[in-house]
Amino acid sequence: MGDFSSEVISQIDRRFMLDLLAKNERVDGRAFDEYREIQIEMDVVPAKAEGSAIVRIGDTTVVAGVKVLTGEPYSDNPDEGVVMVTAEMPPIASPLFELGPPKEDAIELARVVDRGVRESETVDVKKLCIEKGKSVYMVFVDIYPLEYDGNLIDASSLAANAAMMTSRFPEMKLEGGELVQTGKELEVPIQNMAIECTVARIGKHLVLDPTLREEMVQDCRLTMAVDEKDNFTALQKGGGVGPLSIEDIDHAMGIALERTKDLRTLLKRTIKGTD
Amino acid sequence: MSPEVKPDFLISPEGLRVDGRRPDEMRPIQLEVGVLKQADGSALIRQGKTYILAAVYGPRELHPRHLTLNDRAYLRCVYRMATFSVPDRKRPAPSRREREISMVISNALQPALFLEEFPRAVIDVFIQVIQADGGTRCAAINAASLALADAGIPMKTLVPAVAVGKADGQLLVDLGDEEDKYGQGDIPMAILPDTGEITLLQQDGSFTREELLEAIQLGINAMKYIHELQKDALKRAYAKRVSELDEDDDEDDDYEDDLETDLGESDLMEE
Repeated sequence: MGDFSSEVISQIDRRFMLDLLAKNERVDGRAFDEYREIQIEMDVVPAKAEGSAIVRIGDTTVVAGVKVLTGEPYSDNPDEGVVMVTAEMPPIASPLFELGPPKEDAIELARVVDRGVRESETVDVKKLCIEKGKSVYMVFVDIYPLEYDGNLIDASSLAANAAMMTSRFPEMKLEGGELVQTGKELEVPIQNMAIECTVARIGKHLVLDPTLREEMVQDCRLTMAVDEKDNFTALQKGGGVGPLSIEDIDHAMGIALERTKDLRTLLKRTIKGTD
Repeated sequence: MSPEVKPDFLISPEGLRVDGRRPDEMRPIQLEVGVLKQADGSALIRQGKTYILAAVYGPRELHPRHLTLNDRAYLRCVYRMATFSVPDRKRPAPSRREREISMVISNALQPALFLEEFPRAVIDVFIQVIQADGGTRCAAINAASLALADAGIPMKTLVPAVAVGKADGQLLVDLGDEEDKYGQGDIPMAILPDTGEITLLQQDGSFTREELLEAIQLGINAMKYIHELQKDALKRAYAKRVSELDEDDDEDDDYEDDLETDLGESDLMEE
């Protein structure tokens, strides 16, 4: 998503946007470093999923759900559980998405959101161990966009985090080689949540949270995952082949550091509201 | 990993079902039209704990081209379950079950549509199951026919659907998940309400001839009720749009397309 160099790009629209940006304006009237309205709805699949959330950023909507399974650990990390984030770009969400196996852009979306969770060590995977070398919890976070109006990555990252924060699953233990429930309930052990923030470059301007219309004319985008200690734990330049200068990157990082604070506050406030 | 426990009985000594319903009582149904902005038409259904979204795109150009029908539009239904919609995580790739259900949904809806109006085109119906708790193919048809109407596809009628089943020898309307899993059979069906013609009929389990006929009759009664709910949902959606149009002239552009199908352009010109 975001790389529309193979689509028919409206040069007129690009011209129009650039003229607006030169006057310090965006098509929808937002400031350059402002998100669209964000809504988070927690626990939308209460009967079947261990955790879930719907996130709306403007007219972009994604639903994320968590399933917790048990399985054997990888042999190189025998005392660590597994966290995996997947995402699709289903045709329900946009006339631009097609049926069929995931294409490059869907794979990028899934991998960028997964990397945000993985590299920050959002989840303490040691706590997902049931018995070393034998049995661990496997946390699957699956993301389905429902409406696509730009910036799927940030919406997906927020939804993945929100879904993990709401997750509850039964504690298991090994008894004579069999997994049995202890009767207790566990939460996904979140230790360092990273939030992803995407900035698009259009001409010489950097704008946060691009809409689809902005993505159609962008030169490229930069996604940054920022953790709780304000470290960057993942970066991805994509959505076009246009280059970025060091100044651009520095400016974008400044925006990300500020805005991820707001997103974190919003997430925490939403989860308090539902508890 | 949600724990699943087989209930001790599906019909209580008092004659009530596991969730307290009477045998011919449906689960609460919530229908909402026009919930996804990107789609040409869309609808949401909550039927008990079942939660499904349907979106329609088209008529539009058909890819891949070899599916083209020269005398009518191709109605492509795609029924997909979210991995987290079921107790054990579903594998993300489309299953044989999902493919079959996609096909029977398409067959159930087609008789209600004037597909011959759009030769060589495709009308896409995408169905996403967010939470599955029994009766998903029927709930999907209920939502999909609303989404088709919302997209302005010419239709003879909305198509309601319901599953009738059997547990402890008793016929039950609108099966829940446990009744489906542990009961003695399941008959999903859909009708064209004005003629009573049946466009979807499947069955598993075991029924006598008399039971089958009675089950279908119970289903038809339930579907007539669902059809009323569908019409209400559609009217609500249009009433909301018309009132928004009156309130805010700036938003004309957003709604013009939707209204053309309903009111005709002349009504819009008067503003």
